[in-house]
Amino acid sequence: MATATLDLPVELDAEGFLVNPNDWTPEIAEKLAADEGIELTDRHWQVINFVREDFAKTGEPPTLRRITKQSGVSTKELYQLFPKGPAKKVARIAGLGKPKGCI
Amino acid sequence: MKRILILGAGTAGTIVANKLAHELDLNEWKITVVDQSEIHYYQPGFLFIPFGIYSKNDVMRPRRDYLPRQVEVIISEIELIEPDKNRVRIKKDNRTLPYDFLIITTGSRIVPEETPGLKEHEWRKTIYDFYTPDGATALARQLRRWQGGRLVLNIVEMPIKCPVAPLEFMFLADWFFHEQGIRDRVDLTFVTPLPGAFTKPRASALLGDILEEKNINVETEFNVMEVDPDAKKIISYDEREIEYDLLVTIPTNMGDPVIERSGMGDELNFVPTEKRTLKAKDYDNVFVLGDATNLPSSKAGSVAHFQGEVFIDNFLRYIDGLPLRETFDGHANCYIESGFGKGFLIDFNYDVEPLPGKYPLPGIGPFSLLQESRLNHWGKVLFRWMYWNILLKGKPMPITAEMTMAGKWL
Ligand SMILES: Cc1cc2nc3c(=O)[nH]c(=O)nc-3n(C[C@H](O)[C@H](O)[C@H](O)COP(=O)(O)OP(=O)(O)OC[C@H]3O[C@@H](n4cnc5c(N)ncnc54)[C@H](O)[C@@H]3O)c2cc1C
Repeated sequence: MATATLDLPVELDAEGFLVNPNDWTPEIAEKLAADEGIELTDRHWQVINFVREDFAKTGEPPTLRRITKQSGVSTKELYQLFPKGPAKKVARIAGLGKPKGCI
Repeated sequence: MKRILILGAGTAGTIVANKLAHELDLNEWKITVVDQSEIHYYQPGFLFIPFGIYSKNDVMRPRRDYLPRQVEVIISEIELIEPDKNRVRIKKDNRTLPYDFLIITTGSRIVPEETPGLKEHEWRKTIYDFYTPDGATALARQLRRWQGGRLVLNIVEMPIKCPVAPLEFMFLADWFFHEQGIRDRVDLTFVTPLPGAFTKPRASALLGDILEEKNINVETEFNVMEVDPDAKKIISYDEREIEYDLLVTIPTNMGDPVIERSGMGDELNFVPTEKRTLKAKDYDNVFVLGDATNLPSSKAGSVAHFQGEVFIDNFLRYIDGLPLRETFDGHANCYIESGFGKGFLIDFNYDVEPLPGKYPLPGIGPFSLLQESRLNHWGKVLFRWMYWNILLKGKPMPITAEMTMAGKWL
């Protein structure tokens, strides 16, 4: 992640996630996506919007399985949209915290 | 009479049944337990079956022998939970069991059908699991006659029960093939969706080093999309391919289908549960313990044990009209078998990752945390005895339910 070169008006943590999810705007999403080398299309937005709505309900960034089961985007496509670690990338671009792994 | 219904008499259900029978006035309370089979398996023992250390008979006991006599035991499949009607339907005699309080301890199981190619014509020929007694036994037969080649272990997705078991399998495989005199003809590869060997940073670094020392390859962040059983390779969503001669899979773990049928589960059929009280999020007279919860604690027998202690205190308060205490801290501890008669012990919770130190007595031990020792191996061996004789009976263990920081080296 080339976070050092990112010029955003909001605070990011060491791994480039928004510290405060309320700081998020669609423009910030565009910039975070660009930082990941992704240009956002409608399909990307379908996922991002789902993830944000779900986070508002549950308070947790959704797992990959939850995204594919509920957003209408298959796992295969998710990997095409957000290559390498979609759950983490979607969470970052959608302005949520890093999805917690399991212990 | 008030009724308590316990669904599933595995590790957690048996612990809870014993504790409740001990604490409650049985003139006022009727306790019923339902499970589908007469046999209780000691699941941690499954790890040792593929290597001929245990056989299936060594890990099974009659379920009823571990349940208190004062509790009603029904052997039947559970068909449907109707939490809005406070009742459960079971298969046997089409009965309906009403309850005042429900305790869900139906555990988790592997679902190889979730991954294309896994449970098809090569299942138990070149593809094996060891999370079931039959899978572990079939793998034992295969390993005994295997002449070497590429052995790949793949964790399909997290969470899985006992997240260290796949690592232990690799350590034991390294030892086993050494003993067989064919280690130089075996290529071992550990393939995980996680970014490292384990879920917690310090333990992950340490376990990663051991894998390297033992000459075990590691492929991380590998999310398997499908298995090609004919070409003998696993393929990830980001189009990486790993070839194998023998595939040991840890398939997707899910809660029991009854949870899904009853509309009580998340995407993996785990029941949404309050993290620190163990009450079901959506119901005030339902508690969930063990692997059946959606909690971010490890799915392990030791966790079921710690939960049992927190639960019983809380439940006794709750039925007296007192508020629940938020006392469960995610405490887990695991012996990790590392091969050649040695082992590790790790101890952690929701917030504190495994740290080096001594356990359970600070500074004295006798068990070493996060360090390899012969005694830790014996701890694992003793665990089977403790499981049947102390843990399941809900007796106090020489270990506290909440994690203690004393004895740990920060
Ligand atoms: C290979 C392996 C190694 C492990 N190693 C360790 C270890 O070293 N240390 C450790 O602490 N833990 C270990 N574990 C994990 C430990 O065994 C589990 O976490 C523990 O058994 C969970 O207890 P539970 O009561 O939640 O579920 P279980 O013990 O699995 O019990 C669930 C019960 O519910 C019953 N049930 C489910 N659905 C239904 C239904 N619809 N109708 C009727 N009955 C039903 C089942 O028959 C079963 O008896 C290991 C597990 C495996 C597989």
